[in-house]
Amino acid sequence: MANLSTRWLKKSPWVYHVGTGGCNNCDIEILDCLTPRFDVERFGIKLVVSPRHADVLLVSGPVTYHIKPRLQEVYKQVPKPCVVACIGACACSMGIFKDSYSVAGPVDRVIREIDPNAIFVYVPGCPPKPETMIMALVKALQKI
Amino acid sequence: MNHWLLYLIAFLIFPGFLFTGTFGLLVTWVDRKVTALVQYRVGPPLRQPFYDLFKLWHKELILPRTARKTGFLLAPFLGLAATTLLATMLGIFNLNPEIRFVGDTIVILYLMLLPPLSIVWGGFASGNPISALGASRELKLMIGYELPFVIAVATVLFKVGSFSLGEIIKYQQVHGVLLNHPSMWIAFLVSLICLQAKLAQVPFDISEAECELMEGPFLEYSGPALGIFKLTQAMQYVVVPWFLISLFWGGTVLQGWSILWSLLKYLAIIVVVVLVKNTNPRVRIDQAVNFFWGWVTLLAAVGMVLMLSGY
Repeated sequence: MANLSTRWLKKSPWVYHVGTGGCNNCDIEILDCLTPRFDVERFGIKLVVSPRHADVLLVSGPVTYHIKPRLQEVYKQVPKPCVVACIGACACSMGIFKDSYSVAGPVDRVIREIDPNAIFVYVPGCPPKPETMIMALVKALQKI
Repeated sequence: MNHWLLYLIAFLIFPGFLFTGTFGLLVTWVDRKVTALVQYRVGPPLRQPFYDLFKLWHKELILPRTARKTGFLLAPFLGLAATTLLATMLGIFNLNPEIRFVGDTIVILYLMLLPPLSIVWGGFASGNPISALGASRELKLMIGYELPFVIAVATVLFKVGSFSLGEIIKYQQVHGVLLNHPSMWIAFLVSLICLQAKLAQVPFDISEAECELMEGPFLEYSGPALGIFKLTQAMQYVVVPWFLISLFWGGTVLQGWSILWSLLKYLAIIVVVVLVKNTNPRVRIDQAVNFFWGWVTLLAAVGMVLMLSGY
Protein backbone atom coordinates (compact mmCIF):
# COMPACT_ATOMS: atom_id res chain seq x y z
CA MET A 1 0.00 0.00 0.00
CA ALA A 2 2.80 2.37 0.92
CA ASN A 3 4.47 1.52 -2.36
CA LEU A 4 1.40 2.46 -4.32
CA SER A 5 0.89 5.77 -2.54
CA THR A 6 4.44 6.96 -3.12
CA ARG A 7 4.21 5.85 -6.73
CA TRP A 8 1.47 8.38 -7.38
CA LEU A 9 3.17 10.94 -5.17
CA LYS A 10 6.20 10.88 -7.47
CA LYS A 11 3.98 11.70 -10.40
CA SER A 12 2.24 14.70 -8.91
CA PRO A 13 4.12 16.46 -6.12
CA TRP A 14 2.19 19.57 -5.14
CA VAL A 15 4.37 22.22 -3.68
CA TYR A 16 3.67 24.74 -0.93
CA HIS A 17 6.09 27.58 -0.45
CA VAL A 18 6.99 28.79 3.05
CA GLY A 19 9.21 31.83 3.55
CA THR A 20 11.00 31.70 6.90
CA GLY A 21 12.96 34.90 6.90
CA GLY A 22 14.95 34.58 3.67
CA CYS A 23 16.11 37.50 1.57
CA ASN A 24 13.56 36.75 -1.22
CA ASN A 25 16.28 35.63 -3.61
CA CYS A 26 15.46 31.91 -3.34
CA ASP A 27 11.75 32.73 -3.57
CA ILE A 28 12.30 34.41 -6.92
CA GLU A 29 14.25 31.38 -8.14
CA ILE A 30 11.38 29.12 -7.02
CA LEU A 31 8.98 31.18 -9.11
CA ASP A 32 11.39 30.82 -12.03
CA CYS A 33 10.60 27.09 -12.07
CA LEU A 34 7.03 27.91 -13.10
CA THR A 35 8.02 30.06 -16.07
CA PRO A 36 7.93 28.75 -19.68
CA ARG A 37 11.66 28.14 -19.64
CA PHE A 38 11.58 25.46 -16.93
CA ASP A 39 7.82 24.67 -16.79
CA VAL A 40 7.68 22.22 -13.88
CA GLU A 41 4.06 21.40 -14.72
CA ARG A 42 5.58 18.96 -17.23
CA PHE A 43 6.43 16.75 -14.24
CA GLY A 44 3.10 17.38 -12.53
CA ILE A 45 4.63 19.79 -10.03
CA LYS A 46 2.10 22.42 -9.10
CA LEU A 47 2.28 25.38 -6.73
CA VAL A 48 -0.68 25.13 -4.32
CA VAL A 49 -1.90 27.80 -1.97
CA SER A 50 -2.95 25.79 1.08
CA PRO A 51 -0.65 23.55 3.17
CA ARG A 52 -3.53 21.05 3.33
CA HIS A 53 -3.08 20.33 -0.39
CA ALA A 54 0.71 20.11 -0.29
CA ASP A 55 3.06 17.15 -0.70
CA VAL A 56 6.29 19.12 -0.59
CA LEU A 57 7.11 22.09 1.63
CA LEU A 58 9.61 24.44 0.01
CA VAL A 59 11.24 26.31 2.88
CA SER A 60 13.52 29.24 2.10
CA GLY A 61 15.49 31.22 4.62
CA PRO A 62 17.05 30.65 8.06
CA VAL A 63 14.31 30.09 10.61
CA THR A 64 13.94 33.18 12.77
CA TYR A 65 12.56 32.97 16.30
CA HIS A 66 9.42 34.71 15.11
CA ILE A 67 8.63 32.26 12.34
CA LYS A 68 9.65 29.07 14.20
CA PRO A 69 6.24 28.21 15.77
CA ARG A 70 4.53 29.11 12.45
CA LEU A 71 6.77 26.79 10.48
CA GLN A 72 6.09 23.95 12.94
CA GLU A 73 2.36 24.67 12.71
CA VAL A 74 2.44 24.63 8.91
CA TYR A 75 4.35 21.34 8.97
CA LYS A 76 1.69 19.82 11.23
CA GLN A 77 -1.02 20.97 8.81
CA VAL A 78 0.45 19.14 5.82
CA PRO A 79 -1.10 15.70 5.23
CA LYS A 80 1.53 12.95 5.38
CA PRO A 81 3.51 11.56 3.56
CA CYS A 82 5.31 14.77 2.77
CA VAL A 83 8.80 16.03 2.01
CA VAL A 84 10.48 19.17 3.31
CA ALA A 85 12.79 20.81 0.80
CA CYS A 86 15.31 23.28 2.28
CA ILE A 87 15.95 25.76 -0.52
CA GLY A 88 19.17 27.74 -0.35
CA ALA A 89 22.20 27.86 1.93
CA CYS A 90 20.28 29.64 4.72
CA ALA A 91 17.61 26.97 4.98
CA CYS A 92 20.18 24.15 4.84
CA SER A 93 22.66 25.48 7.38
CA MET A 94 21.70 29.06 8.33
CA GLY A 95 24.33 30.33 5.86
CA ILE A 96 25.71 33.75 6.69
CA PHE A 97 23.22 34.09 9.52
CA LYS A 98 24.93 31.46 11.66
CA ASP A 99 25.25 32.61 15.30
CA SER A 100 22.87 35.49 14.63
CA TYR A 101 20.84 36.65 17.66
CA SER A 102 17.51 36.28 15.84
CA VAL A 103 17.86 32.88 14.19
CA ALA A 104 16.45 29.76 15.84
CA GLY A 105 18.23 27.18 13.72
CA PRO A 106 18.25 25.54 10.31
CA VAL A 107 15.00 24.13 8.97
CA ASP A 108 15.78 20.46 9.68
CA ARG A 109 16.51 21.05 13.37
CA VAL A 110 13.33 23.09 13.84
CA ILE A 111 11.11 20.49 12.19
CA ARG A 112 12.82 17.51 13.84
CA GLU A 113 11.75 19.01 17.17
CA ILE A 114 8.17 18.04 16.36
CA ASP A 115 8.66 15.14 13.93
CA PRO A 116 11.95 13.18 14.18
CA ASN A 117 11.06 11.10 11.11
CA ALA A 118 10.54 13.99 8.71
CA ILE A 119 12.05 13.58 5.24
CA PHE A 120 14.39 16.34 4.10
CA VAL A 121 16.08 17.33 0.89
CA TYR A 122 18.80 19.96 0.91
CA VAL A 123 19.31 22.31 -2.02
CA PRO A 124 22.33 24.49 -1.24
CA GLY A 125 23.21 27.54 -3.23
CA CYS A 126 22.74 31.27 -2.88
CA PRO A 127 20.34 31.09 -4.63
CA PRO A 128 20.12 27.55 -6.08
CA LYS A 129 19.40 27.32 -9.78
CA PRO A 130 15.94 26.17 -10.89
CA GLU A 131 17.54 23.07 -12.49
CA THR A 132 19.02 22.18 -9.11
CA MET A 133 15.64 22.44 -7.41
CA ILE A 134 13.95 20.24 -10.01
CA MET A 135 16.72 17.66 -9.67
CA ALA A 136 16.51 17.78 -5.88
CA LEU A 137 12.75 17.13 -5.96
CA VAL A 138 13.20 14.21 -8.33
CA LYS A 139 15.87 12.69 -6.07
CA ALA A 140 13.83 13.25 -2.93
CA LEU A 141 10.77 11.57 -4.39
CA GLN A 142 12.83 8.56 -5.42
CA LYS A 143 14.01 8.21 -1.81
CA ILE A 144 10.58 7.94 -0.19
CA MET B 1 -36.07 -5.97 -12.37
CA ASN B 2 -34.07 -5.88 -15.59
CA HIS B 3 -35.06 -2.26 -15.97
CA TRP B 4 -33.54 -1.33 -12.62
CA LEU B 5 -30.32 -3.13 -13.44
CA LEU B 6 -30.02 -1.10 -16.64
CA TYR B 7 -30.53 2.14 -14.74
CA LEU B 8 -27.93 1.04 -12.19
CA ILE B 9 -25.42 0.38 -14.98
CA ALA B 10 -26.30 3.75 -16.49
CA PHE B 11 -25.65 5.42 -13.13
CA LEU B 12 -22.40 3.67 -12.32
CA ILE B 13 -20.75 3.02 -15.68
CA PHE B 14 -22.18 4.67 -18.79
CA PRO B 15 -23.08 7.54 -19.02
CA GLY B 16 -22.82 7.98 -15.26
CA PHE B 17 -19.92 7.86 -12.86
CA LEU B 18 -17.16 5.95 -14.67
CA PHE B 19 -17.61 7.45 -18.13
CA THR B 20 -18.17 11.03 -17.03
CA GLY B 21 -15.38 10.85 -14.47
CA THR B 22 -12.82 9.54 -16.95
CA PHE B 23 -13.92 11.89 -19.69
CA GLY B 24 -14.00 14.83 -17.29
CA LEU B 25 -10.45 14.16 -16.13
CA LEU B 26 -9.31 14.01 -19.76
CA VAL B 27 -11.03 17.35 -20.33
CA THR B 28 -9.21 18.91 -17.37
CA TRP B 29 -6.05 17.80 -19.15
CA VAL B 30 -7.25 19.66 -22.27
CA ASP B 31 -7.84 22.68 -20.05
CA ARG B 32 -4.35 22.53 -18.54
CA LYS B 33 -2.69 21.82 -21.88
CA VAL B 34 -4.41 24.71 -23.68
CA THR B 35 -3.57 26.99 -20.76
CA ALA B 36 0.08 25.89 -21.02
CA LEU B 37 0.10 26.50 -24.78
CA VAL B 38 -1.34 29.98 -24.29
CA GLN B 39 1.52 30.69 -21.88
CA TYR B 40 4.17 29.18 -24.23
CA ARG B 41 4.71 26.20 -21.93
CA VAL B 42 4.67 22.49 -22.66
CA GLY B 43 2.11 21.49 -20.07
CA PRO B 44 1.38 18.28 -18.17
CA PRO B 45 1.23 14.78 -19.70
CA LEU B 46 -2.10 13.23 -20.62
CA ARG B 47 -2.35 11.08 -17.49
CA GLN B 48 -1.59 13.93 -15.10
CA PRO B 49 -5.19 14.43 -13.80
CA PHE B 50 -5.36 10.71 -12.99
CA TYR B 51 -2.04 10.82 -11.16
CA ASP B 52 -3.29 13.80 -9.15
CA LEU B 53 -6.49 12.00 -8.23
CA PHE B 54 -4.80 8.72 -7.24
CA LYS B 55 -2.23 10.60 -5.21
CA LEU B 56 -4.92 12.52 -3.34
CA TRP B 57 -6.70 9.23 -2.69
CA HIS B 58 -3.60 7.87 -0.90
CA LYS B 59 -2.90 10.97 1.17
CA GLU B 60 -3.91 11.54 4.75
CA LEU B 61 -7.37 13.03 5.41
CA ILE B 62 -7.11 15.67 8.12
CA LEU B 63 -10.20 16.67 10.06
CA PRO B 64 -9.70 20.21 11.39
CA ARG B 65 -10.53 20.60 15.07
CA THR B 66 -12.94 23.45 14.35
CA ALA B 67 -14.83 21.60 11.61
CA ARG B 68 -18.35 20.15 11.79
CA LYS B 69 -17.30 16.59 11.02
CA THR B 70 -20.52 15.31 9.39
CA GLY B 71 -21.00 18.23 7.05
CA PHE B 72 -17.31 18.42 6.25
CA LEU B 73 -17.22 14.78 5.12
CA LEU B 74 -20.67 14.55 3.53
CA ALA B 75 -20.46 17.70 1.40
CA PRO B 76 -18.08 16.30 -1.29
CA PHE B 77 -20.26 13.22 -1.70
CA LEU B 78 -23.40 15.32 -2.16
CA GLY B 79 -21.80 17.17 -5.06
CA LEU B 80 -20.46 13.97 -6.60
CA ALA B 81 -23.82 12.18 -6.33
CA ALA B 82 -25.70 15.12 -7.85
CA THR B 83 -23.27 15.43 -10.75
CA THR B 84 -23.37 11.69 -11.42
CA LEU B 85 -27.18 11.68 -11.45
CA LEU B 86 -27.12 14.69 -13.77
CA ALA B 87 -24.74 12.93 -16.16
CA THR B 88 -26.92 9.80 -16.11
CA MET B 89 -30.08 11.76 -16.89
CA LEU B 90 -28.47 13.75 -19.71
CA GLY B 91 -26.98 10.60 -21.20
CA ILE B 92 -30.26 8.69 -21.11
CA PHE B 93 -32.23 11.57 -22.65
CA ASN B 94 -29.64 11.98 -25.39
CA LEU B 95 -29.47 8.27 -26.18
CA ASN B 96 -33.21 7.80 -26.20
CA PRO B 97 -35.32 11.00 -26.35
CA GLU B 98 -38.47 8.88 -25.85
CA ILE B 99 -37.68 8.41 -22.17
CA ARG B 100 -39.05 11.30 -20.14
CA PHE B 101 -40.88 12.30 -17.01
CA VAL B 102 -42.83 15.42 -16.18
CA GLY B 103 -40.60 18.49 -15.93
CA ASP B 104 -37.24 16.72 -16.24
CA THR B 105 -35.51 19.93 -17.39
CA ILE B 106 -36.57 21.55 -14.12
CA VAL B 107 -35.06 18.61 -12.21
CA ILE B 108 -31.83 19.04 -14.20
CA LEU B 109 -31.75 22.76 -13.33
CA TYR B 110 -32.13 21.91 -9.65
CA LEU B 111 -29.49 19.17 -9.79
CA MET B 112 -27.07 21.68 -11.32
CA LEU B 113 -27.48 23.79 -8.20
CA LEU B 114 -26.39 21.01 -5.88
CA PRO B 115 -22.61 20.91 -6.60
CA PRO B 116 -22.13 24.63 -5.82
CA LEU B 117 -24.33 24.18 -2.75
CA SER B 118 -22.18 21.27 -1.63
CA ILE B 119 -19.11 23.51 -1.96
CA VAL B 120 -20.88 26.12 0.16
CA TRP B 121 -21.79 23.47 2.74
CA GLY B 122 -18.25 22.13 2.88
CA GLY B 123 -16.81 25.63 3.11
CA PHE B 124 -19.01 26.63 6.04
CA ALA B 125 -18.53 23.25 7.76
CA SER B 126 -14.73 23.42 7.67
CA GLY B 127 -14.75 26.03 10.40
CA ASN B 128 -12.18 28.31 8.80
CA PRO B 129 -13.09 31.99 8.42
CA ILE B 130 -11.48 32.19 5.00
CA SER B 131 -13.40 29.12 3.81
CA ALA B 132 -16.61 30.68 5.13
CA LEU B 133 -15.81 33.85 3.21
CA GLY B 134 -15.28 31.82 0.03
CA ALA B 135 -18.51 29.92 0.64
CA SER B 136 -20.49 33.13 1.06
CA ARG B 137 -19.01 34.46 -2.18
CA GLU B 138 -19.97 31.24 -3.94
CA LEU B 139 -23.53 31.69 -2.66
CA LYS B 140 -23.69 35.30 -3.91
CA LEU B 141 -22.31 34.32 -7.31
CA MET B 142 -24.90 31.53 -7.52
CA ILE B 143 -27.71 34.00 -6.84
CA GLY B 144 -26.17 36.17 -9.57
CA TYR B 145 -25.91 33.71 -12.43
CA GLU B 146 -29.02 31.63 -11.79
CA LEU B 147 -31.45 34.35 -12.88
CA PRO B 148 -30.11 34.90 -16.45
CA PHE B 149 -29.44 31.16 -16.84
CA VAL B 150 -33.01 30.23 -15.97
CA ILE B 151 -34.33 32.92 -18.35
CA ALA B 152 -32.12 31.54 -21.15
CA VAL B 153 -33.33 28.00 -20.50
CA ALA B 154 -36.93 29.21 -20.30
CA THR B 155 -36.51 30.79 -23.75
CA VAL B 156 -35.84 27.32 -25.14
CA LEU B 157 -38.65 25.74 -23.15
CA PHE B 158 -41.20 28.26 -24.45
CA LYS B 159 -39.91 27.98 -28.00
CA VAL B 160 -40.37 24.23 -28.01
CA GLY B 161 -43.42 24.33 -25.79
CA SER B 162 -42.35 21.46 -23.59
CA PHE B 163 -40.62 20.95 -20.26
CA SER B 164 -39.00 17.71 -21.33
CA LEU B 165 -35.40 17.56 -22.53
CA GLY B 166 -36.18 14.57 -24.77
CA GLU B 167 -38.91 16.62 -26.46
CA ILE B 168 -36.44 19.47 -27.05
CA ILE B 169 -33.90 17.10 -28.64
CA LYS B 170 -36.58 15.54 -30.85
CA TYR B 171 -37.84 19.00 -31.88
CA GLN B 172 -34.32 19.85 -33.04
CA GLN B 173 -34.04 16.58 -34.97
CA VAL B 174 -37.21 17.50 -36.89
CA HIS B 175 -36.90 21.31 -37.26
CA GLY B 176 -33.11 21.72 -37.29
CA VAL B 177 -31.02 22.94 -34.38
CA LEU B 178 -32.33 25.82 -32.28
CA LEU B 179 -29.16 27.81 -32.96
CA ASN B 180 -30.64 28.63 -36.39
CA HIS B 181 -32.77 31.29 -34.72
CA PRO B 182 -31.29 34.72 -33.79
CA SER B 183 -33.09 34.73 -30.44
CA MET B 184 -31.38 31.45 -29.59
CA TRP B 185 -27.94 32.94 -30.35
CA ILE B 186 -28.57 35.43 -27.58
CA ALA B 187 -29.84 32.78 -25.17
CA PHE B 188 -26.82 30.60 -26.01
CA LEU B 189 -24.43 33.49 -25.42
CA VAL B 190 -26.07 34.17 -22.05
CA SER B 191 -25.77 30.55 -21.03
CA LEU B 192 -22.12 30.46 -22.15
CA ILE B 193 -21.38 33.36 -19.80
CA CYS B 194 -23.24 31.54 -17.02
CA LEU B 195 -21.31 28.36 -17.90
CA GLN B 196 -18.08 30.20 -17.12
CA ALA B 197 -19.43 31.02 -13.68
CA LYS B 198 -20.91 27.57 -13.11
CA LEU B 199 -17.54 25.97 -13.83
CA ALA B 200 -15.91 28.58 -11.53
CA GLN B 201 -13.45 29.64 -14.21
CA VAL B 202 -11.35 32.71 -14.10
CA PRO B 203 -13.39 35.83 -14.55
CA PHE B 204 -15.80 34.33 -12.01
CA ASP B 205 -13.60 32.13 -9.81
CA ILE B 206 -14.22 34.62 -7.04
CA SER B 207 -15.07 32.00 -4.43
CA GLU B 208 -11.80 30.09 -4.72
CA ALA B 209 -9.49 32.96 -5.66
CA GLU B 210 -6.02 31.49 -5.09
CA CYS B 211 -4.17 34.68 -4.27
CA GLU B 212 -6.65 36.20 -1.84
CA LEU B 213 -8.72 33.35 -0.39
CA MET B 214 -6.35 30.37 -0.82
CA GLU B 215 -8.89 28.22 -2.72
CA GLY B 216 -11.69 29.42 -0.42
CA PRO B 217 -14.04 26.54 0.48
CA PHE B 218 -11.39 23.90 -0.39
CA LEU B 219 -8.81 25.44 1.94
CA GLU B 220 -9.22 22.88 4.76
CA TYR B 221 -9.83 19.86 2.54
CA SER B 222 -7.03 17.36 2.11
CA GLY B 223 -6.52 13.91 0.66
CA PRO B 224 -9.53 11.91 -0.57
CA ALA B 225 -12.13 14.59 0.25
CA LEU B 226 -10.25 17.12 -1.86
CA GLY B 227 -9.94 14.47 -4.58
CA ILE B 228 -13.71 14.02 -4.65
CA PHE B 229 -14.18 17.76 -5.04
CA LYS B 230 -11.66 17.78 -7.90
CA LEU B 231 -13.45 14.84 -9.54
CA THR B 232 -16.79 16.63 -9.19
CA GLN B 233 -15.33 19.71 -10.83
CA ALA B 234 -13.98 17.58 -13.66
CA MET B 235 -17.40 16.00 -14.14
CA GLN B 236 -19.01 19.45 -14.17
CA TYR B 237 -16.78 20.19 -17.14
CA VAL B 238 -18.62 17.44 -19.01
CA VAL B 239 -22.11 17.83 -17.70
CA VAL B 240 -22.87 21.54 -18.00
CA PRO B 241 -21.65 21.95 -21.62
CA TRP B 242 -23.48 18.73 -22.48
CA PHE B 243 -26.72 20.23 -21.15
CA LEU B 244 -26.17 23.34 -23.28
CA ILE B 245 -25.52 21.20 -26.37
CA SER B 246 -28.72 19.26 -25.72
CA LEU B 247 -30.68 22.49 -25.33
CA PHE B 248 -29.36 24.56 -28.21
CA TRP B 249 -27.18 22.50 -30.50
CA GLY B 250 -29.18 19.38 -31.31
CA GLY B 251 -27.87 17.12 -28.57
CA THR B 252 -25.32 14.36 -29.02
CA VAL B 253 -25.92 11.38 -31.26
CA LEU B 254 -23.73 8.38 -30.52
CA GLN B 255 -23.86 6.67 -33.92
CA GLY B 256 -21.19 6.53 -36.63
CA TRP B 257 -19.69 9.86 -37.66
CA SER B 258 -22.09 11.76 -35.44
CA ILE B 259 -19.88 10.81 -32.48
CA LEU B 260 -17.09 12.91 -33.96
CA TRP B 261 -19.42 15.84 -34.63
CA SER B 262 -20.80 15.65 -31.07
CA LEU B 263 -17.27 15.62 -29.70
CA LEU B 264 -16.29 18.62 -31.85
CA LYS B 265 -19.28 20.65 -30.63
CA TYR B 266 -18.32 19.83 -27.08
CA LEU B 267 -14.62 20.64 -27.55
CA ALA B 268 -15.49 23.96 -29.21
CA ILE B 269 -17.39 25.04 -26.08
CA ILE B 270 -14.56 23.86 -23.81
CA VAL B 271 -11.88 25.70 -25.78
CA VAL B 272 -13.94 28.91 -25.66
CA VAL B 273 -14.21 28.51 -21.89
CA VAL B 274 -10.46 27.93 -21.53
CA LEU B 275 -9.51 30.84 -23.77
CA VAL B 276 -11.82 33.22 -21.90
CA LYS B 277 -10.28 31.94 -18.68
CA ASN B 278 -6.76 32.67 -19.90
CA THR B 279 -7.38 36.14 -21.25
CA ASN B 280 -9.37 37.71 -18.43
CA PRO B 281 -8.61 38.97 -14.94
CA ARG B 282 -10.75 38.02 -11.98
CA VAL B 283 -13.64 40.37 -11.18
CA ARG B 284 -14.83 41.37 -7.73
CA ILE B 285 -17.97 39.80 -6.30
CA ASP B 286 -20.00 43.04 -6.54
CA GLN B 287 -18.88 43.52 -10.15
CA ALA B 288 -19.90 39.93 -10.94
CA VAL B 289 -23.37 40.24 -9.39
CA ASN B 290 -23.90 43.64 -11.06
CA PHE B 291 -22.80 42.14 -14.38
CA PHE B 292 -25.13 39.15 -14.12
CA TRP B 293 -28.16 41.02 -12.83
CA GLY B 294 -27.57 43.95 -15.16
CA TRP B 295 -26.26 43.28 -18.66
CA VAL B 296 -26.62 39.52 -18.79
CA THR B 297 -30.19 39.49 -17.49
CA LEU B 298 -31.02 42.30 -19.89
CA LEU B 299 -29.53 40.27 -22.74
CA ALA B 300 -31.50 37.21 -21.67
CA ALA B 301 -34.70 39.29 -21.57
CA VAL B 302 -33.99 40.62 -25.07
CA GLY B 303 -33.56 37.04 -26.25
CA MET B 304 -36.86 36.10 -24.65
CA VAL B 305 -38.69 39.04 -26.29
CA LEU B 306 -37.15 38.20 -29.71
CA MET B 307 -38.25 34.58 -29.29
CA LEU B 308 -41.81 35.62 -28.35
CA SER B 309 -42.00 37.86 -31.42
CA GLY B 310 -41.11 34.93 -33.59
CA TYR B 311 -37.39 35.26 -34.44
